[in-house]
Amino acid sequence: MAKTPAKSSATTSAKPSKAKSPATPISQPEAVPGPKKVRVHYLTRVEGHGNIVVDVEADGTVSTCRWEVPEAPRFFEAMLLGRDYTDVHHIVSRICGICAIGHQLASLQATEDALNINVSEQTHLLRRLALHGENLQSHLLHIAYLVLPDLMGVDSILPLAQTHRDAVLKFIAARRVSNEFSRLICGRTTHPQRMVPGGFTMFPSTEELKSLHTMLKDTLPNLDFAVDLFATLLDRFPQFERETEYVGLVSPAEYAMYWGEIGSTKDERRPVRQYRNITREYIIPTSTAKWTRNQGESYMVGALARFNLNAEHLMPKAQAAAKKLGLKKGCTNPYYITLAQLVECVHTVEESIIQVEELLSRGIRDEAPAKPTSIAAGRGAGAVEVPRGILFHFYEYDDHGRIFQADCVIPTNQNHGNIQKDMDALVPQLSGLSEKELELRLSMLVRAYDPCISCSTHCIDARGLDTGARSLVRINRKS
Amino acid sequence: MAKPKIAFFDFAGCEGDQLQIANLEERLLDILGHVEVVSFREVATGHSDDYDVAFVEGSITRPEDEIRLKEIRKNAKVLVALGACAAIGGINCLKNFLAENVYREEVYGGQARWFSTYAARPLKSVVKVDAEIPGCPIDPTEFARITKELLLGRSPWIPDFPVCVECKQAGNVCRYEMGRMCLGIITRAGCKAACVSQGAHCWGCRGLVPGANLDAARIVMDRPGTSRKAIQDLLRFFLGDTGAAL
Repeated sequence: MAKTPAKSSATTSAKPSKAKSPATPISQPEAVPGPKKVRVHYLTRVEGHGNIVVDVEADGTVSTCRWEVPEAPRFFEAMLLGRDYTDVHHIVSRICGICAIGHQLASLQATEDALNINVSEQTHLLRRLALHGENLQSHLLHIAYLVLPDLMGVDSILPLAQTHRDAVLKFIAARRVSNEFSRLICGRTTHPQRMVPGGFTMFPSTEELKSLHTMLKDTLPNLDFAVDLFATLLDRFPQFERETEYVGLVSPAEYAMYWGEIGSTKDERRPVRQYRNITREYIIPTSTAKWTRNQGESYMVGALARFNLNAEHLMPKAQAAAKKLGLKKGCTNPYYITLAQLVECVHTVEESIIQVEELLSRGIRDEAPAKPTSIAAGRGAGAVEVPRGILFHFYEYDDHGRIFQADCVIPTNQNHGNIQKDMDALVPQLSGLSEKELELRLSMLVRAYDPCISCSTHCIDARGLDTGARSLVRINRKS
Repeated sequence: MAKPKIAFFDFAGCEGDQLQIANLEERLLDILGHVEVVSFREVATGHSDDYDVAFVEGSITRPEDEIRLKEIRKNAKVLVALGACAAIGGINCLKNFLAENVYREEVYGGQARWFSTYAARPLKSVVKVDAEIPGCPIDPTEFARITKELLLGRSPWIPDFPVCVECKQAGNVCRYEMGRMCLGIITRAGCKAACVSQGAHCWGCRGLVPGANLDAARIVMDRPGTSRKAIQDLLRFFLGDTGAAL
């Protein structure tokens, strides 16, 4: 039974919907009058701890609607103080278990920028592949394990493993490839060991690259299946539009992930070093994570922002997937972030195949990591597009190559404000809904952003910002 | 017989260890056939306080964390520390070497007093821990093995010899022969020398091996070409909660 998931989904989801509120007709809720309270304490199926607090009065007005981040702060930027440049990326890797590779890459870019280390073409290619592997792994985790259960009206992927085993196994197979992908390039998926300032300590063999090539080619049909599946589930996504600013890396030549300038749908392009003019962080009492705003009251980063900025640079199969999913540039429905991620999965695999081919045709060389010509004090910035959006690391080193000051701006941090503004706009539209429905819609909204909360709280540097000063260059003296 | 109920919890950490468990992929489905997961916030909605085995990830970094952890201890028959942050304090303990006002202000500036925090510590500083699955991140295979042993009612075993044993088996050239530093000499094995085998060195993420001779280790590490500062940096990386870091 239930072997063709795309079709059977409709029948199976109808059953649990009675017991468990989620599932089907999300657009036509029954009206439930009266005052309501929604308290989601530790939202599930997200990384880290977040709460949703909503109070609706009897007349339908919303008196409270809050997105809270009570995650324990970890003080990474302080931990970095005085650390040697060769250790820094291994420490910041521990900010997040899911985007460890992204943190390492942004960190290495910042360190190499500060200490004038030039890395080889091969290193860049391998690092691009590392980033692709992580994006694929994280996106699939979010799409299949975290979002799909909502669309199917169940609590987690585990019941789906029984009812839609074929579909689940296809997702699992694709994820296994993504993990193997990261392992071949960086040593392991979480907190990889091979990447160091200047290059890599170890390289995949030609045979490993060939097997990776085959694996990636075999993954494309599984992704096609996923695209078809989601195309049939489109009516389960809530319809909600809110205009906002989209921020992400942009490049004239490619779908920018690994490097580029900071682009925005409402602002001029800026070099990465001027990231503070975009992020403009601020602190609020209900959140250990910092919030950001640029031109408007908030902005969005992540897959949908990247899609809205760079869709024309997607690879052909990814373009086709976007078409199938009805995703068009300029989309303003935050629930569709998941669809943009799916499109990016296809893009990532397509581009990785080309890059592996390029590596194979060049022949992989066992090269020693580039060393800094001399250790001198300096500043450097790095920015990469990690699964949840644009990530900035900025370091200042002293004369001994030790961190003097560090600043990391995490994508989810940049999204917190946008999540809150989305909630503000969404809740009044939902005043007729029951508490359970309300909770589900809001949980789905937050989940769509794929927040990486434990990530977002660690890295906050507020000195000088609370006074409203927005200078990029700060002069620090040792006491 | 009813299936044993298991639950996952996390404190200050990156949740990378729970991700390792999710990364078991098909094998995870096999394990899940033998247990009932009542709480796994990262991948499932729903929660219950009725469980037999609690896997806890992350360090304790706030007074209010202690209350929550003691509650988990009370509910669980077996409490397992998952990963370096939970088992040995891990990377979170790096901040313990800074004055509290320094790290507060470095990160939150003028709002330094808005949020609670204190020195990071492993779970065993607060409650009794029945078993440890060390590592940053944990080794998924070891997780599967230890879970199996727990389900069979055995007290799980983790290696009590240093990483050097597995490193030799893996055929690696000793980092000290290469003029580099490495903590494999005092670190608990079980990782198959994962980092040395990838061209890096051991950072000690699995904690000190029982009976580690720190004095001898310092003599081995302290030689021409390395600075005392570099030795201290390495010993503080994960071992901040042990005597090694002083």
